[in-house]
Amino acid sequence: MILDSKIPEGPLAEKWSKHKFNLKLVNPANKRKYTVIVIGSGLAGASAAASLAELGYNVKVFCFQDSPRRAHSIAAQGGINAAKNYRNDGDSVYRLFYDTIKGGDYRAREANVHRLAEESVNIIDQCVAQGVPFAREYGGLLDNRSFGGSQVSRTFYARGQTGQQLLLGAYSALNRQIHEGKVKMYNRHEMLDVVVVDGKAQGVVTRDLISGKLETHAGHAVLLASGGYGNVFYLSTNAMGSNTTAIWRAHKRGAFFGNPCYTQIHPTCIPVSGDHQSKLTLMSESLRNDGRVWVPKTQAMAEQIRKGQLKASDVKEDDRDYFLERKYPSFGNLVPRDVASRNAKEAVDDGRGVGGSGKAVYLDFSDAINRLGKNAIQAKYGNLFDMYYQITDENPYELPMRIYPAVHYTMGGLWVDYNLQTTVPGLYALGECNFSDHGANRLGASALMQGLADGYFVIPYTLGDYLANIGPKPIDTSHPAFAETQKAVEDRLNKLLSLKGTKTVDEYHRELGNIMWEYCGMARNEAGLIKAKGLIQELKADFWKNAIVLGKNEELNMSLEKAGRVADFIELGELMVDDALNRKESCGGHFREESQTDEGEALRDDDNFAYVAAWEFTGENMPEQLNKEALVYENVKLTQRSYK
Amino acid sequence: MSGNMNLTLKVWRQENASDKGGFVTYKAENISPDMSFLEMLDVVNESLIKKGTDPIHFDHDCREGICGMCSLYINGRPHGPKRAITTCQLHMRSFTDGETITIEPWRATAFPVIKDLAVDRSAFDRIQQAGGYVSVNTGGVPDANEIAIPKVIADEAFNSATCIQCGACVAACKNASAMLFVSAKVSQLALLPQGQPERYRRVQSMVAQMDAEGFGGCTNTGACEIECPKEISMTNINRMRRDFFTAKLFKEEEI
Repeated sequence: MILDSKIPEGPLAEKWSKHKFNLKLVNPANKRKYTVIVIGSGLAGASAAASLAELGYNVKVFCFQDSPRRAHSIAAQGGINAAKNYRNDGDSVYRLFYDTIKGGDYRAREANVHRLAEESVNIIDQCVAQGVPFAREYGGLLDNRSFGGSQVSRTFYARGQTGQQLLLGAYSALNRQIHEGKVKMYNRHEMLDVVVVDGKAQGVVTRDLISGKLETHAGHAVLLASGGYGNVFYLSTNAMGSNTTAIWRAHKRGAFFGNPCYTQIHPTCIPVSGDHQSKLTLMSESLRNDGRVWVPKTQAMAEQIRKGQLKASDVKEDDRDYFLERKYPSFGNLVPRDVASRNAKEAVDDGRGVGGSGKAVYLDFSDAINRLGKNAIQAKYGNLFDMYYQITDENPYELPMRIYPAVHYTMGGLWVDYNLQTTVPGLYALGECNFSDHGANRLGASALMQGLADGYFVIPYTLGDYLANIGPKPIDTSHPAFAETQKAVEDRLNKLLSLKGTKTVDEYHRELGNIMWEYCGMARNEAGLIKAKGLIQELKADFWKNAIVLGKNEELNMSLEKAGRVADFIELGELMVDDALNRKESCGGHFREESQTDEGEALRDDDNFAYVAAWEFTGENMPEQLNKEALVYENVKLTQRSYK
Repeated sequence: MSGNMNLTLKVWRQENASDKGGFVTYKAENISPDMSFLEMLDVVNESLIKKGTDPIHFDHDCREGICGMCSLYINGRPHGPKRAITTCQLHMRSFTDGETITIEPWRATAFPVIKDLAVDRSAFDRIQQAGGYVSVNTGGVPDANEIAIPKVIADEAFNSATCIQCGACVAACKNASAMLFVSAKVSQLALLPQGQPERYRRVQSMVAQMDAEGFGGCTNTGACEIECPKEISMTNINRMRRDFFTAKLFKEEEI
């Protein structure tokens, strides 16, 4: 199949506005004849649902949480980028575009990223109008901070809770439309399949998580905004419920999966403390504005620290290795995430890690506290410091934080064209669940930007074109495809419920996570990936024989929910390994040990891999088919990334 | 491992909304002080599942204190014994070896139990749907810096906006009143210039919905403020009362 990205013709800066003009419109009186289904109520889902309902479409929104406001966007800490240039420090739409393309290690589409940069400025205006309480200066205007991979201050923030405030803004817009009767909200409902009629997405099968009742819903289009799949690693910064089921089911119904192996390992997370660990907690990248990353210069000294014979504060300045500042003088502690993570791993692998396990490096605020005072640091990062204290029982105002990289974000996701449509007509993917804007590495404070750009400012235009083309003819669930799809879902649930083995679903999930982290994590190589593929296949076979799933369908059954999600993660894990095996280059977060520069940086192979890998499902237990979308760069010159 | 604890748990089990429910006692053994409270429950659940017993159902998601999904009434206090944190941030080092811990769901008429420790808090959503927003559509809004807001006002609005909608205030209140929650929502927008056009209409519709949901009245006891994991201040309640009564001074068509 030839992938048509539908990137508009013309100069980069004019593509989006010309495209918007060329898209068909739906007459206001006809909008109410359409129904749109939205899966997920995070930044992308809530903003899309509210905006579409405001335009006059009927919208049905589904989320598995008990309220749409709990979606994991709520946990984003640091901020949201926008090319406002309020600081007069040289920012522009083009610079945000350039930083994002470079940060993504030249594996994103130019046209998409430019559009994202253009819309970034509108997002801030929109959120402020909704009453989002961004941080302000004494003059009453908005404040900014810096994030990795950029030399300007373009990140807008609300203390360490930016995602929460932005999501509450989108949630309030959503609430208004629920009140108006334009949005019907389904809490505690999980989408378990997409219904495809004559090649077009026309509905979904959902399960009411309280009663277990399966329902079919028809819509003229289905928008997936179900978030990322970082929980394939078991331990990640994602919420416990974050899962891949919606996009994986869609994948099996014909939506290609783009760049599944691109995962972001975030450098600053609280290290693992034991086998009981259920999730990892991020310490916002914004902390790298003021925190300095270091380990002792010698292994001997690190050993003393690990044994508790030496305290971090007793290590003299000369004995410390501020490795990011040393290696990357121009970006220092604010190098992009993939670079910071790999360097932390390198220090730990070199035997210079700290903390009891030795799997940590320091993030030290003592300089900033001396320079600015404790109060200033508290005002900026108070909630993060408190969070750190609660988890570790150590006071970060007095001792440096111990941090280590953890899985945080997935740049990969469903392949979409410029209109955010997947390879199934009528099926769209927004926010983290699509692959589109971050290439092989996402810059900090860009996820919120992308989720809201997709929902507020892209989909309201691009979806209209599709709807205008198919026309407002009424649709319902009477087509046999609905009953067939529901039956398939029911059979799968029954199969899961019949599993009465000896191992819990969590044990399988943890095992999958170990395989993924070990062989498909921060560093990958051919032998390891081949081994991982075998291990995952064995795990899958064992799961469907020996897992324990208790209870019945007709009740709140969290065992059953989890089992379905983990079964999907296992299959996705194998595809991620396939993708990582295929991509014999390093780029951004995908680091193939066989492909690195003399200095240990990711070495791309543009001649052979400047493409999006879009994987096509061909049948159960069949190898997936690789399709390629060539990445064409007309404005940016591909170079080895340098943050030195 | 040394330092690990053995605990007795008295857990509320209730099959569904219509079941009467009751306490069941479980042992939680070899619990590390570094575990979070929910990780301790994970360990108990794993052992229950292996014995073929339905695991204890409780709501949780982000496990970093921000989504507001976790709840639990632990030894008679919402989110347990420590101040200003959620249950998912509570760690077992706050308990001692041999201790008996009682775990119950939020108890309020407006929060019916769904199963075990999970309750239905959709009443909170409905209160916000009644008017907890600024009526602006996407697009066509002024530049963000055209609206200057004094830092103190922005900060105060932010403090109100940090509410995570967990319901601890209701669970803590002897009247099961939702005043702290609703007033935080009302305050955020009442403080900001963006919220002014609908200020009095908003407070009236949100309070009306709050009453319709069956929450109790406020008697200024202050348990809500003490137990709120985000330290939402009772000042919000005063602010909401002031706006509510001010609204009564207007004729209906004036607001």
